[in-house]
Amino acid sequence: MSIDQEVEILRRIPIFSEIDPAKLKLMAFASERLTFKPGQRLFNQGEMGDAAYIVLDGKADILVEGDDGPLRVAQLAENEIIGEIAILCDIPRTASVEAASQLTTLKITKDLFFRMIMDFPEMGVEVMRVLAHRLEQTTTQLRVARAAG
Amino acid sequence: MGMEPNIFKYVWHHSRPEQLFILLLVIVSLPFYYFSLNLPKQIVNQGIQGQGFDGPGATQPFFRLHMPFGESLFGEPVLLFDGLSLAQADMLTALSLVFLSLVIVNGLFKFVINTRKGRLGERLLRRLRYELSDRILRFPLPQIRRVKPSEMATMIKDEVEPLGGFIGDAFATPIFLGGQALTALAFIMVQSIWLGLVAAAVVLFQAFLIPRLRRRILVLGRERQLTARMLAGRIGELIDGAVEIHANDTTNYERADLTARLGRIFKIRYEIYQRKFFVKFLNNLLAQITPFMFYLGGGLLAITGHLDIGALVAVIAAYKDLPAPIKELINWDQQRLDVQIKYEQVIEQFQPPALIDPQRQAVENDPGAPLEGPLVASALSLLDENDIPLLRSVSFTAESTQHIAVVGQSGSGMEQLSLLLAGLLEPSSGSLRIGGHDVDALPAAVTGRRISYVGQNAYHFTGSLRNNLLYGLKHRPVISADPEHSTSAFDKAESRRSGNPDLDIHDDWIDYHAAGAEGEADITERMLDVLSTVDLVDDAYRFGLTGTIDPVSKPDVADGILMARAAIIERLATSGNEDLVIRFEADAYNFNASVAENLLFGTPRRHDFVSEELASNETVRVILREAGLTDNFVTMGVTIAKTMVEIFADLPPGHPFFEQFSFISDDDLPEFRTIVTRVDNLGVEALDKAARQLLLGLPFKYVEARHRLGLVDESMAERLIDARRRLAERLERDCPDAVEFYRADAYNAAASLQDNILFGRLAYGQAQAEETIGRTLLEVLDDLGLRKTVIEVGLDYNVGIGGGRLSAGQRQKLAIGRALLKNPDLLIVNEAASVLDRSSQVRLIESILERRKGRGVIWTLQRPELASRFEMILVMGNGRLVEQGSYQDLQEKGTTFKTLVAAE
Repeated sequence: MSIDQEVEILRRIPIFSEIDPAKLKLMAFASERLTFKPGQRLFNQGEMGDAAYIVLDGKADILVEGDDGPLRVAQLAENEIIGEIAILCDIPRTASVEAASQLTTLKITKDLFFRMIMDFPEMGVEVMRVLAHRLEQTTTQLRVARAAG
Repeated sequence: MGMEPNIFKYVWHHSRPEQLFILLLVIVSLPFYYFSLNLPKQIVNQGIQGQGFDGPGATQPFFRLHMPFGESLFGEPVLLFDGLSLAQADMLTALSLVFLSLVIVNGLFKFVINTRKGRLGERLLRRLRYELSDRILRFPLPQIRRVKPSEMATMIKDEVEPLGGFIGDAFATPIFLGGQALTALAFIMVQSIWLGLVAAAVVLFQAFLIPRLRRRILVLGRERQLTARMLAGRIGELIDGAVEIHANDTTNYERADLTARLGRIFKIRYEIYQRKFFVKFLNNLLAQITPFMFYLGGGLLAITGHLDIGALVAVIAAYKDLPAPIKELINWDQQRLDVQIKYEQVIEQFQPPALIDPQRQAVENDPGAPLEGPLVASALSLLDENDIPLLRSVSFTAESTQHIAVVGQSGSGMEQLSLLLAGLLEPSSGSLRIGGHDVDALPAAVTGRRISYVGQNAYHFTGSLRNNLLYGLKHRPVISADPEHSTSAFDKAESRRSGNPDLDIHDDWIDYHAAGAEGEADITERMLDVLSTVDLVDDAYRFGLTGTIDPVSKPDVADGILMARAAIIERLATSGNEDLVIRFEADAYNFNASVAENLLFGTPRRHDFVSEELASNETVRVILREAGLTDNFVTMGVTIAKTMVEIFADLPPGHPFFEQFSFISDDDLPEFRTIVTRVDNLGVEALDKAARQLLLGLPFKYVEARHRLGLVDESMAERLIDARRRLAERLERDCPDAVEFYRADAYNAAASLQDNILFGRLAYGQAQAEETIGRTLLEVLDDLGLRKTVIEVGLDYNVGIGGGRLSAGQRQKLAIGRALLKNPDLLIVNEAASVLDRSSQVRLIESILERRKGRGVIWTLQRPELASRFEMILVMGNGRLVEQGSYQDLQEKGTTFKTLVAAE
């Protein structure tokens, strides 16, 4: 897979969708492509996060650690982003992630992401826009839930 | 003991016989010089004008020799040799030949005298430099902290240098030149008393006037020396204080300071030039006045027949020789004053109020019996140079085998107490005794071997980890070097002549017994043991993996590494991790290695084969052309340049991404942008040679797996392997030493141990590849029993200037390791673990105390709570010993101690 294909995948991810392809290319070029074997952990619940992962190929299980061992709550596949909250604010990982198959990801580190936002403020505005959308969605869901409750 | 303040006395004292011999040579040479002056007259009068030849065919005796003083002894002249009868032309030839041989004899005299003088000067310079350096080694510590290292270095290196040139001339030159001048003057006198008197008068006038004009120059010379020395000191500060200068943005302040200093130096030097050249001008003028008088006065005397022409010519010839010695004599005098000033100013700096008695450092001193018995401090006080008390009447008694912690706030006198205990400072009053011995009276052989002291900023000497560990054992030569490597008897004799000691650096200085070893064979074991106590083994192991060895001198290590090479691939395969290392294979392209590495398929041994240089390397260019790859490389370069121009376009110059990721530096980006635009508009064919060359250079650093631009596909890979083969053939034929090729069955001397074992590249983008490989590597090395070998290679790691290639923690651990290796009776550690985090400190203290069970340790601690591990605690406050006792005692009753613990 060449860097141009990676850029294509990045563009399908909402927080990156409106960003200038040249910037995405820089981000892809400066990022490491990381391959995990089935069963290998990307990170563990409770660790401080330093990177987000974009799934380029393969599947990943989202696991929540419980008393009876990890519980799978979701499975992510191509073109999805994992752990993006960790690169936006300093909170511990809320779940563990494990490769469910041979998994190829693009690892976007927090440092790189912040550098990019500092150097290209319009990228920050894009991210804000996406986050505001999500907030609006969550608020609506909350309102619906309250009305229902 | 001060140094001789007068350089003449110093020189005379240390070189009398040599000086006298040179003087003798000078005196012997003078008659020849006189003869050579007289000869021109004889040649003109007898040889050319034919005086004394009555006519053609007449002869005269040549070289007729009478016995000196024969007439007064025997009443009549005694003829020793009747001489040869020669006709006029033969006489001319004979006289001219005599003239020629005199020239040769005079030249030989000069040659011998000058080399003798040179050797004498160098010997004295060597002696002086040694004495000055020796004094630095004998400066007490408080004194040494007050001097600027760079100033001391310039003094020993530069300021005494002119002394060497002068020393040989100190006595011989004035006598030689004075003799020459007097000879010339006497000769003139003999020819014509009046002309002689004129010449003498002018010389006397010069001798009177010139020194007076020079006085100011000398004052300036002194200032020049001081300002230059201070400049050296300031430059040293610029380097030592670099962090503060940058952190405070004071570079411009420093520039202003430099400008002011250089301005001052310029003024001084310029004034010196002005005055020096004025003196020169005056000198030359006076020197030319005399010939003017000779031509006029002597000419008149010759015309009136009072002087024959031959004599006049000889007088003028002799006079030609007179100004030169006089001038040199004046120069000598100037140099004398100059050198005297330099000498005084240098030795002044080497006369501190106190010097350590050389007897205390004498090489014959013996460490004697182990230091045992009570450690008694009574009324120990220490004042600083301004008489401010640092320690006030400290008294305590302990066993020298106890583990003692010293705690207190900074400035409480802890540091001074530990320096006193180590015998590195002398108390101002009071006494400190170990087993009845006054510590400050013990020779260095005892304090330096029976006691180990480690300070907070322990210094490491440039060189290997091994040498820094062993440094604490090098007190005196233990085993003489074999004759082939030792300093020759001739060189030793020469060094004695310069008052240098009879110590040979090539001997083995390592005191193996002190370290508990028998010799070279088992000292490594001791070092590894110490390293494990101070927790440096893993560091040494890592250093070893990045180190290189010479497989010729260590064939067993190389064989072991080759075994590890085979073993690691097996082990990776069994754990399903064989994809983490992509091995080098002669007929396969390695997508995890750069294009350059793939082409060379080896480690460059010559600088022109490193990857940055390959594009301009003639051999490589020829190969690319032969393999038909040149255009492909340019095309690849275009793709890389396009990508770089695209993605780095909006980044400001100097952005760290350029350094981290770009193939193209920010400076070169605009140039490549122009090239890319040109290619877009007109195609690759439109590029000129320079642009093509630039593009050609880009693909060499390209790693397909990492950069993912899709430039090297399977078919390109095959063509690159073809080029690899061509290059290998060419290199083996033309320059076999340029590249050490990767060979699966051979050790690569130019590559590190780790690279030799892996024999490939770590695959990019495999999660936890490095950890897995690191772990597997260690397992393999342990299986083969090679871990120790790797650590031993790690001992050769160069620690850099002042240990700069080590981290602060590693430096402190290494310093403690050095102190432990010599098995001291008393180990004194002065906050020497302070940069480590708490848990590492605890680990270190515990492992050291364990090792030192039953042997003395005194440790000044930054964290008083760590003191619980010690048998006795001394609590310092404001220079006093305020509390002492065990940890339990102090926990219950020690008010200051509790405050200190609480303050943490």
